Amino acid sequence: MNKAVSRREFLKTSGGVALFIGVSGILPQMISCKNKKEVQGIIQKHPLTAWVQLTDDGRIIIFNPAAEMGQGSMTSLPAIFAEEMDADWSMVSVEFSPQESDIYGSDKWSPNQKVMLSAGSRITYGYYSIMRQAGAQARYILMHSAAEHWKVPLAELSTANGEVIDNQAGKRISYGDLIPYLVMPDNLPEFSESDFKDPKNYRFIGIDQPRVDIPEKVMGTAQFAIDIQLPQMLYGVLERGKVHGASPTLNNESEILSLDGVVKLVRFDYAIGIIAETIDQALAAKKLLNISWSEALSSGFNSQECYKKYEKIASDKATGKVIIDEGDIKSAIKSADQNFTADFKNDYVYHAQMEPLNSVVQVGADGKSAEVWVGSQQGFDSKLGIPKYLGIPAENVKINLQYLGGGFGRRSMTDFVLEGTGLAREVAPRPVKLIWTREDDVSYGAYRPLTLQRLRAAADAQGNITGFSHCVVGDGGNLVASGIRIDYYDIPNIYAEWREVSEGIRLKHWRSVGHGPNKFAIECMIDEIAAYFKKDPADLRRKLLAKSPRALATLEKAIAISDWGSAIDANRAKGIAFLERSGTLSTGVCEISVDRTTGKITVHHFWSANDAGIVIQPDNVKAQMEGGIIMGISSVLKEQLTIVNGKVQQSNFSDYQILRIEDIPDSIETAIIESKEPPRGVGESGTPLVACAIANAFLKLTGKPLRHLPFTPERVLNVLNT
Amino acid sequence: MADYSLNINNQTYNVEIKEETTLLWVLREHLGLTGTKYGCGIALCGSCTVHVDGKPMRSCTLPISSLKKDQKITTIEGLSPNGDHEIQKAWIEAQAPQCGYCQSGQIMQAAALLAENPSPTREEIKIYMNGNLCRCGTYLRIVKAIEIAAEKTSQKP
Repeated sequence: MNKAVSRREFLKTSGGVALFIGVSGILPQMISCKNKKEVQGIIQKHPLTAWVQLTDDGRIIIFNPAAEMGQGSMTSLPAIFAEEMDADWSMVSVEFSPQESDIYGSDKWSPNQKVMLSAGSRITYGYYSIMRQAGAQARYILMHSAAEHWKVPLAELSTANGEVIDNQAGKRISYGDLIPYLVMPDNLPEFSESDFKDPKNYRFIGIDQPRVDIPEKVMGTAQFAIDIQLPQMLYGVLERGKVHGASPTLNNESEILSLDGVVKLVRFDYAIGIIAETIDQALAAKKLLNISWSEALSSGFNSQECYKKYEKIASDKATGKVIIDEGDIKSAIKSADQNFTADFKNDYVYHAQMEPLNSVVQVGADGKSAEVWVGSQQGFDSKLGIPKYLGIPAENVKINLQYLGGGFGRRSMTDFVLEGTGLAREVAPRPVKLIWTREDDVSYGAYRPLTLQRLRAAADAQGNITGFSHCVVGDGGNLVASGIRIDYYDIPNIYAEWREVSEGIRLKHWRSVGHGPNKFAIECMIDEIAAYFKKDPADLRRKLLAKSPRALATLEKAIAISDWGSAIDANRAKGIAFLERSGTLSTGVCEISVDRTTGKITVHHFWSANDAGIVIQPDNVKAQMEGGIIMGISSVLKEQLTIVNGKVQQSNFSDYQILRIEDIPDSIETAIIESKEPPRGVGESGTPLVACAIANAFLKLTGKPLRHLPFTPERVLNVLNT
Repeated sequence: MADYSLNINNQTYNVEIKEETTLLWVLREHLGLTGTKYGCGIALCGSCTVHVDGKPMRSCTLPISSLKKDQKITTIEGLSPNGDHEIQKAWIEAQAPQCGYCQSGQIMQAAALLAENPSPTREEIKIYMNGNLCRCGTYLRIVKAIEIAAEKTSQKP
């Protein structure tokens, strides 16, 4: 323990709320503040100033600072807190924390800045130490209060399952019963590793708790933003162009305004908004809009024809932005016994989260405040850009975070929040529920970028890879460059660069970002080299990972659980892939078959072995791997968003098909490697394993490489027939 | 506009609304029964599944005028008194939902399956559930939950 904050202060408030215990920021401010009035002011301004609330009925409310989009934050983060608090889990309930990043932010996204952002599989990593510290401090305050109450030294006390215990006196008191005796200690210690609970006494970390959000999701009572109903609420819809960025001219304004229930039309740079009394009236009016659209940057762009241009760019002498340049790639290629080169391609894919984008916004009558109900993955601005949009102070914006009906990166944008705000401003103070139709959600999506990747590899006569060069051509910076690193492989000469193109298509992080396409290209190249030298691809990786013991352990485990190398049905084959995503190391193996008349690939089994550091909730890790792999199979076998003359060609699940239950594998098996390292993320580890594992199995089965995502039956047939 | 009297979860609801309005929007936005979800609007995702006289129907393509007065509509809110339908209990046991948005529809479809066929094979489950999309990829656990519920139901005397 070190670094203390001083000044005794009671932190009781009325109304059943007994205690707020904080870890940093506001709480030390309050404790160190000598002016009682100012303390009251801080409490009023931040009615929930910290991580836990004890209520008179003994409940322990733990605040979750992260979005819950199915990844289990509502359970896993409070479990970390409850572990160090030594809470009785049966008394714990969980609520979303307020969106106040100075109190609830983590500095794991950006140094010296506290951010609330549920993206990049980083919330467990981002909040692990914060939740442990806060939980330990909560326990300390409870023990301190008991010590004062019983007039015994704190050192004589211990805790167990939500009670403070005095073993010598044979006394115990529950946390709830301590409420009348709560006092803040003179010093609120900062705990360090040696102060925390011995892992062998863990009751929550590493031990599955049923997810707290599941009962209400099973009863239909879980509240998503689209479910919000407010008095006087109006409905909003927007008509956006099929060409991203095109601006509208409305040709029948008076006709639309005369329709039943239409309250107002609102013009956006890229859309026409309709506000109506009911959703059905808003949708009926949307269908009747007659709009002329301007040209935009993407006009004339054809997504399936651009690869020729990208090939030329990849061949160009001028280099792009160099990402990695280790060793000497040029000499490695020059002096190689065998060189390999191949182009890999991936079409656009769309998020397809099941809850279409929506927001409910109420702007104050004076336009100086706003309240928002939204499912958001939050952002660097925890007020989601609204203060700037409305030109009002951040403290005048209240965000009520709701469950997210899927995120996958799409809900880390704020377009749907600002659109709702733009509508609500026009009818203030009446609230507006903005709903994107599925067609809006598809055609004005923000996709995983299309790329072309040129890979070159050099090998010596024994088949050792001596050089690896990767050039990605595409739009979006890190959106196309993430996952290009191959740090875990022992290859002396590595080069990677990004060559930029700009097509005017809206782009965004899509589960695992650039890892999907980049790991596809890298891992397939490794197998193509292995095939050339008639090596077992698992053996080749074993050699490449020899100096990375944690990575190697995932490979060995995956080999073991998948029974790699054992004889299987001649119509089936297994493929393997290794990757790192969000700090988690994973090896995946899949078993596939191919219908050679239809070109349809079937995935029968998928195994993965993962080192994610300390695992908080093992079954939740398995659920994330299962979901990530299913989403991976979906994107790899079925999903394709295309653009013709700038226009998005798909509009709904009729023409943008995602995996249905008929096509799931028989089994997905997930192994977790035990680790004492800090926890890392698993939400995106499964997805990028899939393309490479399938393509590698296909190569083994047919001798032919698949190099263009998705592997639709037509493409597979083409490859089989060439 | 016309007046409709609907029997939803054994309760009578009266609404005055345009004939072509879909049952989905009536349930959600006019009556506040928001457990039934909007996902695609064209009966391709199953998020809006409700029971009409016990049969699973996509409420997003069901105009209110197509419903007869004596037809019984059941939504997720009315599937069981306390969320304790065998299917719901199995869903919790399997820890099936992730984001949860499609799950009301999945559960209504699964409940209809077991009402029709108390001991479905895995293949029959997949065929019956194929119209319900889940983007989080919880399909394996959905199959598991239905198998758990089927087993529990068949054990009952």
